[in-house]
Amino acid sequence: MSVSIDQIFVSGKRWLLSWLAGTPDWAIQIASSLINIFALLAVFLTLFALMSVLERKILGRIQNRYGPNRVGPFGLLQPVADGIKMLVKEDIVPVRADKIVHFLAPVLIAATAILALGIIPYGRNLTPFTIDGGILFFFAVGSTTELAVFMAGWGSNNKFSMLGAMRAIAQMISYELPLVITVLPVVMIVGSLTPDTIVAAQDDYVFGFVPRWFVFTPWGATAFILFFVSGLVESNRTPFDVPEGESEIVAGHMTEYSGFKYATFFMAEYIGMFAITGLATTLFLGGWHAPVRALEFIPSYVWFFVKLGALLFVYIWLRGTLPRTRVDQIMNFAWKFMLPMAFTCVIAAAVWHYAGRGLRGWLWSLVVIAIAYTALSIVLDTRRKFAPRTYRFAE
Amino acid sequence: MTVTLQIFLIVSAALFCIGLLAALSRRHAIFILIGIEMMLAAANLNFIAFWRFSPEPHQPTGVMVAIFSIAIAAAEAAVGLALVIAVYRHYRTTNVDQFDQLKG
Amino acid sequence: MNSAAFIVIGILTLAAALAAATLPKLMHAALSFAVTFLGIAAFFFLLGAEFVGLVQVFVYIGAVAVLIVFTILLTRRDIEKDRGFNWSGVVVAIAVFGGLIWAIFKTQSLSGVAPEMPVLTVKHIGEVLMSGYVWPLLCVGLLLTAALIGALILVMEERK
Repeated sequence: MSVSIDQIFVSGKRWLLSWLAGTPDWAIQIASSLINIFALLAVFLTLFALMSVLERKILGRIQNRYGPNRVGPFGLLQPVADGIKMLVKEDIVPVRADKIVHFLAPVLIAATAILALGIIPYGRNLTPFTIDGGILFFFAVGSTTELAVFMAGWGSNNKFSMLGAMRAIAQMISYELPLVITVLPVVMIVGSLTPDTIVAAQDDYVFGFVPRWFVFTPWGATAFILFFVSGLVESNRTPFDVPEGESEIVAGHMTEYSGFKYATFFMAEYIGMFAITGLATTLFLGGWHAPVRALEFIPSYVWFFVKLGALLFVYIWLRGTLPRTRVDQIMNFAWKFMLPMAFTCVIAAAVWHYAGRGLRGWLWSLVVIAIAYTALSIVLDTRRKFAPRTYRFAE
Repeated sequence: MTVTLQIFLIVSAALFCIGLLAALSRRHAIFILIGIEMMLAAANLNFIAFWRFSPEPHQPTGVMVAIFSIAIAAAEAAVGLALVIAVYRHYRTTNVDQFDQLKG
Repeated sequence: MNSAAFIVIGILTLAAALAAATLPKLMHAALSFAVTFLGIAAFFFLLGAEFVGLVQVFVYIGAVAVLIVFTILLTRRDIEKDRGFNWSGVVVAIAVFGGLIWAIFKTQSLSGVAPEMPVLTVKHIGEVLMSGYVWPLLCVGLLLTAALIGALILVMEERK
């Protein structure tokens, strides 16, 4: 019973494809891909709509107000109203803009965001596209976002757009290094770049009750926190949302976009967020595995989306709690703290492996990380926390 | 039409010559770099194609050479673009015809 | 190997390359450059070297294209003045192309079909890279570090 519920989407797809029996192979292949794409888009666009209203409601609660509650029951139809508003708005293209680049930027950014979703295993046998180098594919596609952001900034021919794009690219490049390097220990330990293999390696329990997720090892926990913070930066979320800091540069690279193009940017940002939290779940939180053996009867995709939802809630929580950081603080943090700590994770994972992957390895890798963390905090403590700022400008 | 090694070589030759065209006829330093990168990529395409059509494709020699070549091309692009910026600071131009003094 | 995919990718790549070489606006050229490298990565996928294709996208579009675009921005005052076009370059390029085509058509052994091959896994590439190619790998690491430091020193502000 529970197996059939767990595999309901897989058997549903098989049933749909059985209509095509007798047609040539390539037709079945195309139909199979199209079903995957439709399912992916349906799920994540719904999740985007849900997230946009839930975020506003949770933020409202954090700020001691109600949030949207006028449209539909509990304000749940708010995204429909927002969508209609965005659709009927006038689409303005600045006269001096580079029309082609201005048009292509939102297309590219949405396409890359959706592509990155394709390699994440959402449940048992529920990976839309299995590639041998899936993790590499994720980052290869994700790095294209920088070019899209730049196209938006440059194509708009507006100084705020350009400044926002420059800020966005600077912080994305800086945090891409820790993001990629914190994935390295997991890839090293599993010995594979395929997300399915990584999830399979986190099956089973230690001592019968602690799940073998990588977040429960010292290097895994450190890497997870670093990955999460880098993910915050990559998806331009508070406290790292300087690229679109409203009080400074209007809306960053999205300043000159209106109507549906703006909505596309908005959607791409959220879908990028889902992709990066989904990857964090896959890499460190055991993917679709249940946390307790007794709860394994609940379908695997439910567990995946529960973990995804928990991480997304932390994103919203941070947005409601933390103020915006300064650009130079973000950069210093990336190069002086995040990058050395990410490399420490790689070393700690190697120590864990060579000390036998057991309790001894656990303690030794904890020692490695503690030493690196203490050394970094001593070195980076400048003891002049309130010294006057020095400003440096680009030419 | 079956895809043979010959067709891959023709495509990569065309790519190489377009790169050569960019490197030789444009006067902007960045265009020249783009042309050089394109020529390197054409060479990479040749390596991969020769590897795939070789009688022993289970030995990934061509793939290895391509990987190293990509790494070296990245280093070359970084240094080249840094040079462009440094020269631009000095001469206020990126037109290679105007870089005609050796004395800094 | 799929010939329809080959034709589409080939036309796209060469058109983008031609655009990158001839477009008057530097920014458009840089973006077409990115498309060219996407096309080359697609060729790698077609040839069964998925890993190299992904690395190509990661390095060229994620890093080199962004670097080029950044350089264009930092040297912005000079963008609109690029009017010089050296026609002798076209002649040389066409001559070289002719020579290469002649050489390719003269060679008899190039018309074979690709042999059957097991899928080249990332694991296999990693094993080969870590066994037979360790020294080149270390040298490339050293080269990249040197390039990083060199590029930083080059763009550092000159002290008067």
